[in-house]
Order: sequence, then structure tokens, then C-alpha cells
Amino acid sequence: MTPLLQVRGITKFYGARLGCRDVGFDLYPGEVMGIVGESGSGKTTLLGCLAGQIAPDAGEVLFDTRADGPRDTLTMSEPERRMLSRTDWAFVHQHARDGLRMGVSAGGNVGERLMAVGARHYGEIRGQAADWLGRVEIPDDRIDDRPTAFSGGMQQRLQIARNLVTGPRLVFMDEPTGGLDVSVQARLLDLLRGLVREMGLSAIIVTHDLAVVRLLADRLMVMKDGHVVESGLTDQVLDDPQHGYTQLLVSSVLQV
Amino acid sequence: MIELDDVSKTFTLHNQGGAVIPVMQGAGLRVARGECVALTGKSGAGKSTLMRMIYGNYLAASGRIMVGDVDVAAATPRDMLDLRRHTLGYVSQFLRVVPRVPTLEVVAEPLLALGHARDAALERAGTLLARLNIPERLWQLSPTTFSGGEQQRVNIARGFAHAYPALLLDEPTASLDAMNRETVLCLVEEAKAGGAAIVGIFHDESARHRVCDREIDVSGFTPGLS
Repeated sequence: MTPLLQVRGITKFYGARLGCRDVGFDLYPGEVMGIVGESGSGKTTLLGCLAGQIAPDAGEVLFDTRADGPRDTLTMSEPERRMLSRTDWAFVHQHARDGLRMGVSAGGNVGERLMAVGARHYGEIRGQAADWLGRVEIPDDRIDDRPTAFSGGMQQRLQIARNLVTGPRLVFMDEPTGGLDVSVQARLLDLLRGLVREMGLSAIIVTHDLAVVRLLADRLMVMKDGHVVESGLTDQVLDDPQHGYTQLLVSSVLQV
Repeated sequence: MIELDDVSKTFTLHNQGGAVIPVMQGAGLRVARGECVALTGKSGAGKSTLMRMIYGNYLAASGRIMVGDVDVAAATPRDMLDLRRHTLGYVSQFLRVVPRVPTLEVVAEPLLALGHARDAALERAGTLLARLNIPERLWQLSPTTFSGGEQQRVNIARGFAHAYPALLLDEPTASLDAMNRETVLCLVEEAKAGGAAIVGIFHDESARHRVCDREIDVSGFTPGLS
């Protein structure tokens, strides 16, 4: 089976300062990979490089496109990459307002992404938007409300609906449960797991929350100072960490 | 089905002066289809450690751990995920689930992950929960709110939902009453009859004698004990 994503030697410097260095991995269809590390470890930089938002200094990101098989998204033309990010890719931001249009209704937020890929029939767009709002448990009667009138958890679920409505194959998530109440987090985790399973999605999740990756990610990469210090099965890395930094990270978690 | 050869394990504590602690050496084991082998030895001898190594939860320092035709000691994460989905089941002592997911879904999840039809998966889950005496009114609640004994039974139901060809059981009968203990032992016997190779830890001696064909004392693999 061809990996959905093949990442090789991704390196990014900000001037003299290192963002991330020589990161590589394969991600297969249906796999969820977590990336953990403390603030400044380079995980968000890496995610930006993978999702085409930051241009790395070196490396390649081969995505298995529907039409032409694996292609390096870093050397693609800008319109091609934009098309990918509207169709096969989705990006869930930590702050919902970075991924939503705050001045547009909830239904409009979901519908807009459909229109970007060519949907034109108003009734169908609204119907699909309503269906997706239902799937992320946003009540019917809120479809015409703006996200500014939503709670943080609802905004985050709306962002997920907006991203998944076009049936992407790869979802990038940056701290998707960060800043949410634990009860809301649990509901979101359940939602994400169900969607990953039902839609056969692959996902890359950046977080500093080890409990979140344990429940959501099949595989785990641990980053420190721009380098990947350890990777493997999520439960193996968390239960039998090999690197000193991972051992410190795991032993520092507060138990509840 | 499960074959271990010369398996060893060390823990290196990087944050405690790099202390290297050897915990297992020269471990060997063979379990055929339809056979149940008990791991014995006193607390701390390494029964759970060995079991976790077979599951790929702990990394082996050396040796071969064959489950079917996959060497767990050398497998890629992708191969391990596939092995765990289809071939190798594990009933641990603790239930770890996404909060707020209904019990019925928790138990059906291994089947859903294998692509079974939702109705059939939920029906199988319901049958197991009923056999393990989890009242139907609890099925739509999350097991995180259940008592310890109930959680353990949910864990067992989940572990037996799919007929894994290889199965690891860590104290499946601990803290169960007589009736539920009997059900669990029946499930183990049924799995054996279905051709599963089972490695188990049973402190309950009579349970061990009833379902296990052989015993392996892991003290023989503990450095400094043998």
C-alpha cells in the first residue's frame, strides 16, 4: 500500500534559529499520528511545513494525490496546493477563529468550503451544511447564527464540520482540544475518533496533552529543540519511553 | 502461534544517572493454537512485563517475539497496529477509554475497527455484556462511571468481542464474584476451543488449573533470581 504522506528531511530555520531539522516519516491511510513536545520544540513549525503553510528550507512532502499518485507538495504550483488544501486536506486550528469566518453564519461557514470546490445549488449546499452541523452536534436552529454567538466548544465543532464537509483524506490538527473544558474535550475526542474511523481519515495531531494522544493517536513522535527524539506506537512510547526527554515528559504528567 | 526466543529487557533511567536495570533475560515460550499457558512467579518477577512485551507495549532489548508470522520485537508501528487489530488481543487490568462513550460502543469498537457492520457489532457487544451481567440500563452510559468490578467486566467483554487468534489475559478473574468468574472462564474455554493461543496471568489458582494447559515460571527469566 502506498503511504498517503511521505515526509523526508524537513528542515526549517528562522534566520539562525532552528525551527525543525531533518524530520521524516510515512503516514498510511487511516492512521492517526500524534506529535508531542513542549512549547518551542518545533511541532507547530513542522505541521505548517507539512500543510504547505510554511516553506521549509529543505526536504520533501510527498502526498498520494488521487489523480497522479505521490507528488511533492512543496514543488507544486500554488494553485495546485490551494486546491489540495480545499479538497483532500483539512486544517483544524487551535483557535477556532483562525479557521472560521466569524462574520458568516454557521451554515455559511460550512457551505463556503463546498462552494470553493464548485458546489452551486443552494438547497444542496444548505442540506449538506445542516447534515454536518448535526454530525458535530450543533442544533438545527443555530444554522443561521454567527460563530461569534457560539461557545468555544461549539466553535471548535463548527470548525471541524467546515473542514470535513468536502471529505478530505488528511487532516492536520493543531491543539484541537486546547483551551476547552475537559468535558467538552471528551466530547470532541469522541467525535474525532468516530469520524476518523467512519471516513477512514488520516490525521496528524500536534498537542502537548499526552492524555489526548493516548486516546486519539495510533503513533507518536516526540520532538525536542527541533528534532524528533523518539517515535513509535503511542502506548509503547508512553509506557516504555526510551529517550531521557520522553521519560521526563511522561513522568511529569499530573495524575488525576 | 506465539513463540518467544531468548528475549531480554532492560530499563534505562536517563533521569536517574542513566541507571540500567536488567529485568528479563533468556525468556522463551511457545503457545500453540487452542492452548492456554499461564505465567507464574511472585509479584515483581516480570509476568506483566513479559505480557506487555508480547503486546509490543514494552520494547524488547533482544530476542524474537513471533505472533503468527510477525516478529513483534522488530515490527514497524504499522505492522503492529495491523497485528493488534486482527490477530492479537489483550485484556489488561485497567480500562482506558474516551470519556463519555457509551459502554456498548466501547465493547463493539474492536469489531467496528475491523469493518464489521454496526448492527452486528453492537449485537455481539450486547450479548457479551449480558453474559457478564452488566445490566442493560447501563449500556448507554460511559464505563468511566462504573465500579471497579464492572469496568473489569466491560474490559473483558471488549477483549472477547473479536475472536483473536492470539490473546493475552492479565488477571481476568481478579475481583469478580463466583458467577462472573464462571462466565469469564467459559469465555476462555470457548476461545481455546475456537483455536486461540492464550497467555494468561491468573492469581486465582483453581481458575488457572481449570483453563491452563501449562505453567511457565517467569522467575527463571529474572536476572539475579535464577
